[in-house]
Amino acid sequence: MAYAGGVDVGSTQTKAVIINEDLQIVGRALVDTGSNVVVAAQNAYDLAVRDGDILEEEEGVEFIVGTGYGRYKVTFGDAQTTEISCHGRGAVHMFPGTRTVVDMGGQDTKAIKVTPTGEILDFVMNDKCAAGTGRFLGAAASALGVPLGELGPVALRSTRPTKISTTCTVFADGEILSLIGKGKKVEDVLLGVHNSVVSRALSLMRRVGIDKEVTFTGGVANNIGMVTVLNQELGFDCNVSSDSHFMGALGAALFAMDRIKAGRESHGLAEVK
Amino acid sequence: MSTTTSSAAATTDKSSIVGRGNKTGNQLFRDWYQELTTAPSRGEHSAYVFVMGSMAEVLQSFGIHTIFPEVNGLQTAVRHVADDYIAQGEDYGFSADVCGYVKADVGLQLRGGDHPMGKIPKPSLAVYTNACNTYLKWAEIWERMYNMPSVTIDVPGSRAAGRHTWSGHVDFENDLKYVRGQIDELITVCENVTGKKFDIDRLRETMHYTNVMMERYERLIELNKAKPAPYNAVTDGTVYLGVANGFRGRAEGAQYFTDLVEEMEYKVANGIGTTFEEKYRLVFVGVPCYPIFRRFNEMFTEWGGAFVGSSYMWFASGGANTGFQYDLDRPLDSLAEGLLVTTRDAMDTMFYSNRNIVDAIEPFGIDGVVYHPIKSCRTVSTGLADNRRAVIEESGAATLFVESDHMDKRVVSEAQLKNRIDAFFEGLATRRVRQSTGQSK
Repeated sequence: MAYAGGVDVGSTQTKAVIINEDLQIVGRALVDTGSNVVVAAQNAYDLAVRDGDILEEEEGVEFIVGTGYGRYKVTFGDAQTTEISCHGRGAVHMFPGTRTVVDMGGQDTKAIKVTPTGEILDFVMNDKCAAGTGRFLGAAASALGVPLGELGPVALRSTRPTKISTTCTVFADGEILSLIGKGKKVEDVLLGVHNSVVSRALSLMRRVGIDKEVTFTGGVANNIGMVTVLNQELGFDCNVSSDSHFMGALGAALFAMDRIKAGRESHGLAEVK
Repeated sequence: MSTTTSSAAATTDKSSIVGRGNKTGNQLFRDWYQELTTAPSRGEHSAYVFVMGSMAEVLQSFGIHTIFPEVNGLQTAVRHVADDYIAQGEDYGFSADVCGYVKADVGLQLRGGDHPMGKIPKPSLAVYTNACNTYLKWAEIWERMYNMPSVTIDVPGSRAAGRHTWSGHVDFENDLKYVRGQIDELITVCENVTGKKFDIDRLRETMHYTNVMMERYERLIELNKAKPAPYNAVTDGTVYLGVANGFRGRAEGAQYFTDLVEEMEYKVANGIGTTFEEKYRLVFVGVPCYPIFRRFNEMFTEWGGAFVGSSYMWFASGGANTGFQYDLDRPLDSLAEGLLVTTRDAMDTMFYSNRNIVDAIEPFGIDGVVYHPIKSCRTVSTGLADNRRAVIEESGAATLFVESDHMDKRVVSEAQLKNRIDAFFEGLATRRVRQSTGQSK
């Protein structure tokens, strides 16, 4: 059995996935990226290999593709592919009906239009501004003292969401604290924050065109509040996998498996750079 | 009147002409700035002008030097000192949202003209068209600083996208009279500034040089249809644009483009491309990213991406891309017609370039279109998203949309640019595989 690895080095967290020849995930791991990107990539990969009970000396991982901002820091990798291509590929693998992908990570939000085979037709990203990304939710969590994992459930208790006028992450603290100072409830402010982030994401999605099915990937897809608001705004339910956080790493692993199956000849999808 | 000759006859081994265009262009540039630096000591006048409608032929006929603040600005960015000039402009009171060219120029003026390429003289006058709305407010800054005359030439644009009128049409004739009247006013201002009488034969001579240059420039653009393309329309193209503007109406400019066409024809005939293996042929739309000019280009060439066309080489060439030829038997009317037609074309290239791009895709063998809107310039950038959508709908071309700036490094994120560019090429590679295997989308 041959195995392929994908390592997605994001701005906040690093994810690694190992798949087998049947394209099933056999190992996964997630670590904080921290300041040493090379070490984070290695740690995530080692943990994923351990998670998959893969014995390197007998049946090691044959090909590894790095993705994410730190893809060139995956020093043990064989090739690099952008997370844009990887999220598209991963989403279509997980949900074959996917035509639009919205990926929300620590500092990026991407809207990606894909073909039925996971190839990228078009994409847009937020530009030099973390508004509308996971970082904005993080700033709200920090300002309100609510753990990240509870942001969504707390927000969904709201019945009167507050309008968040600033979309600047740097100034989010000030506005949020000002609203609390005016007597607004924490859940109302938080739902306002979720609405604001979804509004930004929808704007990007409209630029590539929102075609069903929509698959929501990235760490922010773990936030039930975000999924709920996005579904409400779309008017239909988007696909969310329990492995949404690993979608980029999965896509990278799928590209790696392409290489293994093609006898390490270029497939044209993941040019070695 | 001088003639312009090809230096082919004097060259026995023509391979030596490869690279001549960039070498000579850079030398001409240095010479030009040196000429500007020493102009005040000779009591010579200078005019601040812009690339779209510089009126170089009239100004040269009076012996007035043309100075391009836009070129001064981009030179500070390419030389990695723009930040200092921009900061000085902002300290003076201009907001972060104002065009980087303007702020860098304000910084330059506040430094008494000290520039990495030389010393920029104070203007005796400024001449500008309405092709860019910032030009008007920019010139007002110099008016306040130097109490000198500025001449606005208001050039009517297209009434609607793709609807041009030509000689004989009532709208065109009215527009022509309107522009001609303004040229007459410019001539009067030049006479007052220099104390010289207008010499129509001298004007004919400068227009002749521009004719030669424009004819060669149009040919130059055509030559990049060859595979591999003989030059990079963004990097090499910027050198050519510098000469086309700085030496417009001059014998050196005419000779330069004659020699350049000879070099490019030789390269085409011998299958010589640029410095890397050309895998993808691209057209660039917008203004280049000068703060990381070399690196920006490398992010494309690393993947084998060659810029074979550039809207910048169209709209910033002073109409040279159109190959317009002045009628020297009626110089003033023809000058007005040239200004009207070429400035209108430049404005259309900024606002309706989707037509030019779609038309270029097949003859130039374009694989992808790269849009580069810049924060500094809403004039050039507004509408590029719609433009992109129109090009995709009409041609199905692969496109990339990357935003940064032509001057301000604070809004240039290399990592974000690279991510998008890499993803674009991954898509192009996929598209090529699909096409080669006969798969549809």
